[in-house]
Amino acid sequence: MSAHPLIFNERVDKALADPILKKALPLTQDRLRGGRINAAEQLGNVEEWRELASQIRSHTIANLDSYLEELVTNVRKNGGHVHFAATSDDAVEIITGIAKEKNAKSVVKSKSMVSEEVHINKHLEDMGIKVVESDLGEYIIQLANETPSHLIAPAIHKTREQVREMFSKVAGRQLSDETTELTAFAREKLRQEFLQADIGISGCNFAVAESGSVVLVSNEGNARLTTTVPKVHIAMMGMERIVPTWNELDMVVSMLTRSATGQKISVYVTGINSPRQSEDSDGPEEFHLVILDNGRSNILGTAYQEALNCIRCGACLNVCPVYRHIGGHAYGGVYSGPIGAVLTPLLGGYEEWLELPYASSLCGACSEACPVKIPLHDLLIEHRKDEVEMGLTPFSEKMAFKGFGFATSHPSVYETAVKLAHSGMGFLAKDGVISKGPGMLGGWTDVRDLPQPAKQSFREWWKKEGKGRNQ
Amino acid sequence: MKVSLFITCLADVFYPKVGMNVVEVLRSYGVEVDFPQDQTCCGQPAFNSGYHKEARESARQLIKAFADSPMVVTPSGSCASMIRHYYPDLFKDEPEWKERAIELADKTYEFSEFLVHVLKVEDIEAKFPAHATYHHSCHMSRGLGLKGEPIKLLGQVEDLEMEDLPYCNDCCGFGGTFAAKMSDISEKMVDEKIKNIETTGADVLIGSDMGCLMNIGGRLRRLGKEVRVMHVAEVLAEGGQK
Ligand code: SF4
Repeated sequence: MSAHPLIFNERVDKALADPILKKALPLTQDRLRGGRINAAEQLGNVEEWRELASQIRSHTIANLDSYLEELVTNVRKNGGHVHFAATSDDAVEIITGIAKEKNAKSVVKSKSMVSEEVHINKHLEDMGIKVVESDLGEYIIQLANETPSHLIAPAIHKTREQVREMFSKVAGRQLSDETTELTAFAREKLRQEFLQADIGISGCNFAVAESGSVVLVSNEGNARLTTTVPKVHIAMMGMERIVPTWNELDMVVSMLTRSATGQKISVYVTGINSPRQSEDSDGPEEFHLVILDNGRSNILGTAYQEALNCIRCGACLNVCPVYRHIGGHAYGGVYSGPIGAVLTPLLGGYEEWLELPYASSLCGACSEACPVKIPLHDLLIEHRKDEVEMGLTPFSEKMAFKGFGFATSHPSVYETAVKLAHSGMGFLAKDGVISKGPGMLGGWTDVRDLPQPAKQSFREWWKKEGKGRNQ
Repeated sequence: MKVSLFITCLADVFYPKVGMNVVEVLRSYGVEVDFPQDQTCCGQPAFNSGYHKEARESARQLIKAFADSPMVVTPSGSCASMIRHYYPDLFKDEPEWKERAIELADKTYEFSEFLVHVLKVEDIEAKFPAHATYHHSCHMSRGLGLKGEPIKLLGQVEDLEMEDLPYCNDCCGFGGTFAAKMSDISEKMVDEKIKNIETTGADVLIGSDMGCLMNIGGRLRRLGKEVRVMHVAEVLAEGGQK
């Protein structure tokens, strides 16, 4: 993961000042939220489903090495090639190597967050290869020269007007706001690209170990074209995106689509077993599966292991009130929202991602929505704990909490502090209200008033009057 | 019936009236209330900020303070959730303390929860003529699963007209130190909450957590808005003196 040019606070400021983000994002977020809630209601016993899905994922991750081995054996048996990429650089080397060998001039892609993780587009373009995103949202992002700001709705931060303008520019004529006209244009444009492409690169929603299959979930059909029209198909997967058998696949795909958009099932669910066989009417001549580690195996066996259960549905982003206001780009990493705040520091280190675990009010909406029951907000607390234990927090904060620990474990000290609170903060208060405080308090009073501590605390009242009135 | 009140640091220092009102309501149902003076803070500020060693120091103190209490009642969903969900885990490496933590967790109740599930109150005698809406605080509704309880109590108050709050599951932006640390994001969150409160036309915002109410109330005041902010206990007590 590479550093975003701005530091976290600057990214947040930029996002909060962006009127288009404010307009575009909550609308789509509401739609996706509503979809998930409806789907959950239709299901009825959604908690049982979540529990089962969580067990499936936890079991798979706990036995990841044996399932990976099974997957690899089966992909190879089916005639595919498998490559392990320990790092992002390794993945780039593998894929650019294939492109070189095939003398590729153009690549068409369907949606893949793992490909974003390794910045494959840039590396291919540096070789002079034309790369075209075929997912509508990704295509918009590519035209805007941006990165996705949502796991499943990459262009969630864009308005229809912006899309119209970008498409009109490419079309060389003014297009209208009509969805049908905009998508018709994209379809027509992208079809040409499919026919020219030498290589198709896709992601992998799940790989099924028992049959060595790659499964893609999409609503646009572009994934199908990407994986069948070009001569070579490369699928990129994170090493954790695996299910043991088709039985579990059924369950997790259903949870994915229900949690992502509220659909019972997506328009297309494509299973790819192998390159074209003699009896097949279409399909690529070669199939490559690139399995990326890039820091994931370091998460195994730690307190964060459950983060690997993620099926990238985006539900945690859709319910997150912080994401709602700052959008995906402010997080700075490839993955945004609550799962991004958990995952990014794990994959990229605290040095670069120190603030991310604090970008949450710990409201728990994410953990409640997650279809595989990842305790996201607890994992954010875990990060904070690790940062404290590694000595990464500011000195003044450390001292403040040392004092807090001492006072709260010494009742007489605490009582004195409570007693002094009213007069001690008196110099800041006017008519019982503090509207400008120093230090940490300043963060509070920048936005809101703070009442002056009461003249008589509860404990004093109790001693004087409250207690006596009991019987 | 005997209970001990865990006042919480915020109510102790900033909102003693809430504590007095809790005592008043409980006594009106014949409950004998005591207040162990050795109680301090549940430790949540330290815990949520990652200072778990310090949080354990606070937690041990609270566990000791309530060791002899048959039941503990607190006017905060958030602090009750801290005790119930995080105390046992905080002592996962200290079996003796863990056991004591579980004991406290099992006997601690949030105020509305205690009235509805322990006292089984069905006949609130209170009259509070107002147009109000209720803020579901995150730790109370998600952490403790308490959503219907305060609504049920408020529903029994005469002349209190309750409006549903749109987006009632969204956080108000308090989040403890989050409100100060990430104040610009928190500001957008509380402003959206206030916008939603305003669409209900309510004159009173009722809640069960003084942290959230301090945040929303402080922002309302800063913006010069007239909505009054109250804890459930305040409504029941003030209304009870009809
Ligand atoms: S963490 Fe859970 S809710 Fe968020 S994207 Fe992953 S599976 Fe979905």
